[in-house]
Formats: sequence, C-alpha cells, structure tokens
Amino acid sequence: MARKLMKGNEAIGEAAIRAGCRFYFGYPITPQTEVAEYLARRLPEVGGTFVQAESEVAVPNMLYGAAGTGERVMTSTSSPGMSLMMEGLSYLAGAELPCVIVNVMRAGPGLGGILPSQGDYFQATKGGGHGDYRCPVLAPWSVQEVTDLVQDAFDLADFYRNPVLVLADGLIGQMMEPVEFQEDRRPCKALPDKRAWAARGWKGDRPRAIINSLFLDPEDLERHNRDLKAKYDAMVRDEVRFAEYGTDQDYEVLIVAYGTVARVCKTAQEDLAEAGVRVGLLRPITLFPFPYEAVRRAADKARAVLVVELSTGQMVEDVQMAVMGRRPVHFHGRQGGMLPSPEAVAEQVRAILRDHAAGPSARRRASRRGGAS
Amino acid sequence: MTELVFGRPRSLTRVPMHYCPGCTHGVIHRLIAEVLDELGLQGRAVGVAPVGCAVFAYNYFNIDMYEASHGRAPAVATGAKRTHPELIVFTYQGDGDLASIGTAEIVHCANRGEKVTVVFVNNAVYGMTGGQMAPTTLAGQVTTTSPLGRDVEQAGYPVRMVEMLAALRTPAFLARVSVHSPARIIQAKAILRRAFEYQVKGTCFSMVEFLSTCPTNWGLTPPEACRWLETHMLPYYPLGIFKTPEGPERTPAPLESLPDARGVQAVPAAAAPTGANGETGE
Ligand SMILES: Cc1ncc(C[n+]2csc(CCOP(=O)(O)OP(=O)(O)O)c2C)c(N)n1
Repeated sequence: MARKLMKGNEAIGEAAIRAGCRFYFGYPITPQTEVAEYLARRLPEVGGTFVQAESEVAVPNMLYGAAGTGERVMTSTSSPGMSLMMEGLSYLAGAELPCVIVNVMRAGPGLGGILPSQGDYFQATKGGGHGDYRCPVLAPWSVQEVTDLVQDAFDLADFYRNPVLVLADGLIGQMMEPVEFQEDRRPCKALPDKRAWAARGWKGDRPRAIINSLFLDPEDLERHNRDLKAKYDAMVRDEVRFAEYGTDQDYEVLIVAYGTVARVCKTAQEDLAEAGVRVGLLRPITLFPFPYEAVRRAADKARAVLVVELSTGQMVEDVQMAVMGRRPVHFHGRQGGMLPSPEAVAEQVRAILRDHAAGPSARRRASRRGGAS
Repeated sequence: MTELVFGRPRSLTRVPMHYCPGCTHGVIHRLIAEVLDELGLQGRAVGVAPVGCAVFAYNYFNIDMYEASHGRAPAVATGAKRTHPELIVFTYQGDGDLASIGTAEIVHCANRGEKVTVVFVNNAVYGMTGGQMAPTTLAGQVTTTSPLGRDVEQAGYPVRMVEMLAALRTPAFLARVSVHSPARIIQAKAILRRAFEYQVKGTCFSMVEFLSTCPTNWGLTPPEACRWLETHMLPYYPLGIFKTPEGPERTPAPLESLPDARGVQAVPAAAAPTGANGETGE
C-alpha cells in the first residue's frame, strides 16, 4: 500500500482497526481525542462499536466486560485519564484480560498542561494500579512506529492474556508523518484460542467462564501471583525491544532516550559526529520489559552515559540499574511540555567529556547539569 | 415413576451458599435462576457480581460469570453486552455498590439505555464490610458508622434509586419489589421475569430493586428482620413499577402557566460551539 500522510492519533485508530479491534470505549481528553473521534467515524464502517463512556473510571471496566467475551478491545487516553483507569487496569491484569490502552502523555502533575511529556513512565512501568502486576509497555518514536506497535500490542495482549500499554508522548499524537500499513501483516505472536475462557454463554461444552481476580485463600492467591510472575518472566525473556544507532562504532558517550526525545538525541548525535565527537544512542522500545542487558553492554563501551527525558528523571533509574555504577550516569530533562534542543543535548555531551577529562570531582558537577536532574 | 415437582434450578450450582441465616440474597439468587430457566436463557446468560456479600455469586450461578470491582458492574455489563448483544447480561449489586461508589456507572448505563438487567439488592447497610451506613440507610437507623442513628443533617436522606433513574428520558423498566414474605416473593419473581423479558426482546434497560434483609448487621432475628423491613423500609421505599418503556413521559407544567413566570421571555438556545479542538486542558 502507498504511504499516506496521517496524524499520529488517527494512525493509532486505523492501526487498531487493521489489527481487528472492533470495540473502542473512551472518554475525551487532549491530546489524544482524535483517536476517539477517528474511531467514532470508522468503527461503524467496519461493523464495530464505539462507546463514549461516562468517565475513565468506567472505561477499563467496559474493557473488562468486552475483553471477557474474547473480543479485541481498546481505549486511549492521556495522563489524568490514565490515573483514573488504574483501578480497572489492576483488575484487568488480575483477571488476565487482553486489551490495549494507549496513553498519549501530557505534562503533569495534576491537571498540568496539554503539551508532550514522559512523566508517566513510573506509573506505566512500575505498577500504577494496586497489587503486583506488570504490563508490557511499548514506546513509539514516530507515527509509523506507533502504527506498527499498536498492531503488535493486540497480538502481545492476546498471547499473554494481559493488558498492553502503548506509551506515546503528545508529539506522536499530534504530528503528521507518512505511514504505510502492511497489507499482509502477520501477527507478531502465535494467537491462542480464546474460546476456552471467554464468557459467551455456557452451553456445557467447556468449564464455565469465570472472569475474576478474587482469590480469598492465600495459597490460591500466591499460586495465582506466581503464575502471573511466570508470564511476566516470559515477557522479560522474549519481548525486549530496543534500537541502537551508531553503537557498532567506538563512542565516548552513550545517550539513552525513548519516544520522540530520541529523535532530538539522534540529531544531536549527528551534529556531534560532524564535530568529531562520537556518541552512541540506544532507544528502548519496550519500557517493560526494559532492555537492561543491552543498555549495560552499550554503556560498557562508553566513558559515560547520558539519559534524556521529558521528566525530572524516571527512566534514568532503570538505566542506573542497568549500568550498576560501572559508568557515571548523567541526566538531561525538560518538563512542562518544554523540549530539549539538539544543541542543549550536544552541549551536555561536551560538558560531560570536558569534566570527565578534568577528574572525578568535576564529573560529579557535570552530572547535575541540564534542565534538571 | 415419581415426578420431580420442585428442585434446584439448572441455573444454580450445587455449591452451598455462604450467606448468613435469614439473609435474603439466597432467595433473590433463586428467583434469578428460576427466571433464567423458565425463559430458557441459561446458555446465553452472563452475570456480573461486584464486591459485596454477593461477591461469590460466580460460585452459585451455573452460567458464565464476571466478578467486578466495587460499583463498576454496569460498565462491565455494558462492555459484555456491546460485544455480544445476543448475550443476556445482568448485574447483581448491593446498595453501597450501586447507590454510592457506582452512581456514575448505573446512571449512565441506564441513560445510554444499555439492554441489560440490573438486580439491585437494597438491605439498607453495607453488609460485607460489617454493617456500615449505606446511602440507603434509613433516617435515624443505627449502623457502625452512624452509631447515633443516621443524621440527615450530616448524611442527607436515604437515596431512592428507582425514583432517581425514573427521571431519565431514556425508556426503561424500573420497579421495586420485596422478598420479606412468600406473597411478595411470588410478586417479585413476576416483576423480575418481566425485566428479563424486556432484555430478551431488546427493548430497554431494566432494573429491579429488591428490598432485602440483613439480620446479622441489623442485629435482629430473621423473623424480626422481615418485620423491620415491613415497618421501616416499606413506608420510605414504596413498592411498585416506576417506569415502563411504554409508559408516558413525565411532562412538567410549562413555566409560562405559573404565576411567577409572567413576563419571562423564553431564551433561544445558544448556538452549539464549533471547532474541533475547543479544549484548553481544563
Ligand atoms: C474500591 C473499594 N472500596 C471499598 C471496598 C470494600 N467493600 C467491599 S464490599 C463493600 C460494601 C458492600 O455493600 P453493599 O454494596 O451494600 O452490598 P452488601 O454487602 O450489603 O450485599 C465495601 C465497602 C472495595 N472492595 N473496593
């Protein structure tokens, strides 16, 4: 199929339809409302159903009901809405229901602003809702990639019987880029038969479907927790995704960034290369499971690591865990919807190298530079 | 050959129920199961029971079941029904669940006219958590969180959910029944059956509120609890059918006919705001 110019939010909607999703439940919130608007228009054309829910509290519960019948279902929201969905997300994870939730992040905390942010990294990757659960978190850096990842998200959700989050920043939702939908796309996972557990009316031909997260007997609940853990371990083993740029050559500083920020860092990398400063760039695509090993390997080749985020520093903690103190980890962050410029990133790389040459105490100073750290 | 004239409905399992002696949850479960059997719905019924004393309903109904979070059963039911309209979806909710934490979900489920059936069990307390004040607790009623009796100055008056939902324009079947006596139980079943029939025909949203006893948390024997329901709950919660999809709309008298409204001009409706991205983030 020819490439088509599409806005990120609309591409998300179209990708869901291509993936066979016919049910969307959502509530308007900037900067992702176009996903809902697109699907309100498109779903009826393909025999699907769009429901505008009364709140983001209700939304994941509608997903719970809809996913429980074995259908492909999704919602999209932005940060404040994501907070409201945390109760339902925990139940979805507990009852092992597949669904896709797209969070087009905006700046917080509280009502915050409507411009791009990566402030929901902790919420997405370290829990958010109550209890001991994990969700695969996919982080696109372009409209094409969000298109691909949304489709993969449905396959991962079905395969693991788990909610899958797509964590995009507001830029992905709002910008227009060329997109290509693969006509003969194959699922990225072998898809299990849902009829064994879906609640579609019990006719005696299988055990009754009981969609449930309640296990009052502690032994039963621990067994359930361990079954879930085995599933999460399989995700860690099989689903890590990342991209590397310029890491096959020698470099002095490794930059780690995800989402659209990685594009800014890529420009900085190219600018620095012209000036003879060699930088490697690693871009996590799955935030859970996090590419710890890849980051460690890439960091070992560098003298120092720089993490760039649209937050006051969240993913940087995972990078520190990956590097385990073997290299200094520096941070550059912008907040509130402000974006780092390639020049600012390049300047911090230079500062790191200068201070690195000057000795340990200067190194400590350098790690505190940048918009915030 | 002997003929079985009374037995366990097929839509109930053989699992013994955990309810307290004299609690009417068991009666209501049985009525639902009998109606499902009689209408031949067991194979396409899906029940949704959120937290509350009936949280284990999935062990008792011999059909596909969901356990849901507190108050959200109408949203879960919406999700299931929208994906598979041929399913017969019902929720089974307590008064804390439906009338407090889940008010948004029930109001909007009813207002969207979801073709589901809500079984609303009003026992005037939070049963499962040990008898706290519910939105339906009667004025002056003593509970663990209203030890001096419900003070309507502080807690407001008990919520009448059926009446509240009857105010919505969307067609619905709304009724209140009781199960404190055999005669009322027979009546309740007929009303419940009618509620499910509306769903089978795809006509409308339906909800039946059951006045129910909670001897344990009321601190009464089962017979005393039935008498208490009759003397205290019935006067405040009248039984009856409050809305049918065929029934007339509630039309208030026009303002112009009222003496105070003389000289008041009708204001033309403002033009709908235009523009796709009106939101400012507030
Ligand atoms: C979010 C949340 N808040 C509180 C609870 C605790 N809780 C469980 S059941 C219940 C009240 C149930 O009362 P009601 O809905 O009246 O049903 P009943 O137990 O009387 O049948 C509460 C408060 C919970 N499970 N989840």
